[in-house]
Parts: sequence; structure tokens; C-alpha cells
Amino acid sequence: MTTTSGEAALFGILATLMVIAALGLLFAKRAVHAAMCVVFVMICLAILYVANEAPFLGIVQVVVYTGAVMMLFLFVLMLVGIDAADSLTETIKGQRWIGIVFGAGLLVVLVSVLASTDLPAAVGLEDANANTNPTGLAKILFGDYVIGMEVIGVLLVTAALAGLVLTHRQRLGARTTQRSMAAERVAALPEGRLLTPLPAPGVYAQNNAMDTPALGPDGQPLEHSVPRVLRIRGQQRTAAEVLGSEETLRSHLGLPAVGTALDDPQIPAIDEPSDHTSTEERD
Amino acid sequence: MAVTNYLILAAILFSIGATTVLLRRNAIIVFMGIELMLNATNLAFVTFARIHGDLTGQVLAFFVMVVAAAEVVVGLAIIVTIFRTRRSASVDDVNLLSR
Repeated sequence: MTTTSGEAALFGILATLMVIAALGLLFAKRAVHAAMCVVFVMICLAILYVANEAPFLGIVQVVVYTGAVMMLFLFVLMLVGIDAADSLTETIKGQRWIGIVFGAGLLVVLVSVLASTDLPAAVGLEDANANTNPTGLAKILFGDYVIGMEVIGVLLVTAALAGLVLTHRQRLGARTTQRSMAAERVAALPEGRLLTPLPAPGVYAQNNAMDTPALGPDGQPLEHSVPRVLRIRGQQRTAAEVLGSEETLRSHLGLPAVGTALDDPQIPAIDEPSDHTSTEERD
Repeated sequence: MAVTNYLILAAILFSIGATTVLLRRNAIIVFMGIELMLNATNLAFVTFARIHGDLTGQVLAFFVMVVAAAEVVVGLAIIVTIFRTRRSASVDDVNLLSR
């Protein structure tokens, strides 16, 4: 039995892409890229299974391999850290060259064996797949291989248990509860820690951003209402700056200046010192 | 096109997987190389099932898939445990016995 020209074209395209993606696994620096290459190879394999008259295995390949196994790999990559780079030091001397020689030798041996073998002409699976492919598979699986099937079930349960046992971690300290956290906060009060949550950043008439501090009831800007990271980076703005930029915008648009807000003695007078520092930092 | 081409593709994928296992030092990538080898054998199984007109090859490929899934669960759990204690996923760092 020879294949159709359509299948030959499909095989030609997919085989090229698969070999390139498999080489990507071999050469990719980052583990995530390697994982994506393997996912691609597995999806292409599923298509080839369907072309090889194994539609059930094609679907199982997508569900089990790309859906479950490779996603598990990606989860573990997230746990272990994506930046885990490959070390290039050779622990065993010349191991890299031995590996390359072994891989190339394996390829040569396998391909030459295949080339020299005179395989019989393909029979095809039309007869075996007469009652649809899953039915035919089920007849063999639950007939000839029923004990193997049971053993595989036991294996899966054992593997699930092993996964649980191996990743189980015993608790070292006491469990932190809401009550203990509250007690900790109260105990830290003398050291100057706040009992209440931090105030939210300022919300003004035309500005609502994380980098603008809120004003307290006394008109003073509350420094700790701006996130700590922005304060360390010097990216926080003052209320006066927000008003100033609003004024510039109004003058650009040709609108009359509000004026009164800036003339308000409270806000500029309070914000002036911090305003200076922030403009200096920006320059 | 002869059906043998599928077998040659399986051989190429198997060799690339084996080379990955030998060359890479990241345990997770080594594991993916093993998965690639298992997939290559599956392709060979499916192709042989077609050559002989017998579905047993596909049943065996199915068994390989189940075993691979179980193996991945245990293997990745071991990698995670090693990473927790040694802070590294490199196969070169697991050398406590040699010291």
C-alpha cells in the first residue's frame, strides 16, 4: 500500500517542522522555549497519528501529552524558576563530545538499519478499523491485554500517591492565623507600626494616580499613602505638581486659569519643600 | 512515499531526544528529552501497526503514553524535592554521594 500524495505533502511539511522544533529542544537556552518546542512536536505527532489511521491515539496524544504532561512541565518550571540557566561547565571531561558522537552514532545506526531492512508492504488498517478505531482498540485492550490494563491502573494510582508523598512538606513552625497576625501588629505598636491599613493614594478632581499622596485632615500630604516602591524610586508627585500640570493644560487649551486653587495658601506652602526635591531628582 | 519514512522520522526524533539527555544539564530539559524519545517510539509503534494491519501496536503506544504520564508525575516530584533542598535544578549539583 502506498500513501496518497496529500499524505506525502503533509508528512514532508510536518517532518521538517518537527525536526527543527526537536533541535530547538536541544539548543534552546531557556527551559520555557524548549518546553514550547516539545509542545509543538507533540501536536505535530498527533496529526501524524491521525494520518496513520490512529485517530484515537491522536486525540489521546493532544489530551494527555500536550494537555497534561507538558502543562505539568510548565508548572514545575514556574516553581523551579524560569531563569534557571544551564551550566556550561563540564563535570566529566570531554562529556559533550562523547554525547554528540553517541547521538550521531545512534542516528546513523537506526537509519542504516531501517534503510537496509526490507519491510513488507503496508497492509493498512481498513479492516481492523472497520468498526471504528476506538472499538477495535478496546477489543484488544480489554481482551488480550486486560491484565496489563489492570496493572496500568495500579501504576497510575501508585504514581499519584508517590507525587503526593514526594512533594509533601512537614510544617516547621506554628501556623500563622489571622488572630496571631493581629496579636503581632498590636505587639509592634510601640515600635511605631500602624494598627490600621495604610491610607489610599490621593484622589483629586482631575487626577487619580498611585503616585500622588493623599492629603490628611490637616491638609498635610500623607507620605505613606504612596506605594513604598514609588517613594524609593523618587517617582511620587506632590499635590502642587498635579495642580500645576492642570494649569499648564488649561493655558494650552486657552481656558481661563482656575487660579484660586494655586493661590490657596495651604497647598503650595506645604508642598514646596518636597516639590523642590522631586524636581531636582528629575533634572 | 513509503511508510518507512515515518520510521526514519521516529529514528531522528529518538536520536535528538537521546542527545538532549546526554548534553543538557538542566534536569527538566533532560526530562523533556526522555519524553521526546517516548514519543518517537510511539510513532514507530503506530507506523508498525499500519504496516502489519494489526491494532496491537496502537494498544502498546497507548500503554507507553500511560506509563509516560505516571513517570512524569514521579520524576517532576523528585525534581521539585531536589530543588527545595538544593536550590538548583541542574543534574551536576546532585553530587552529595561523591563527597
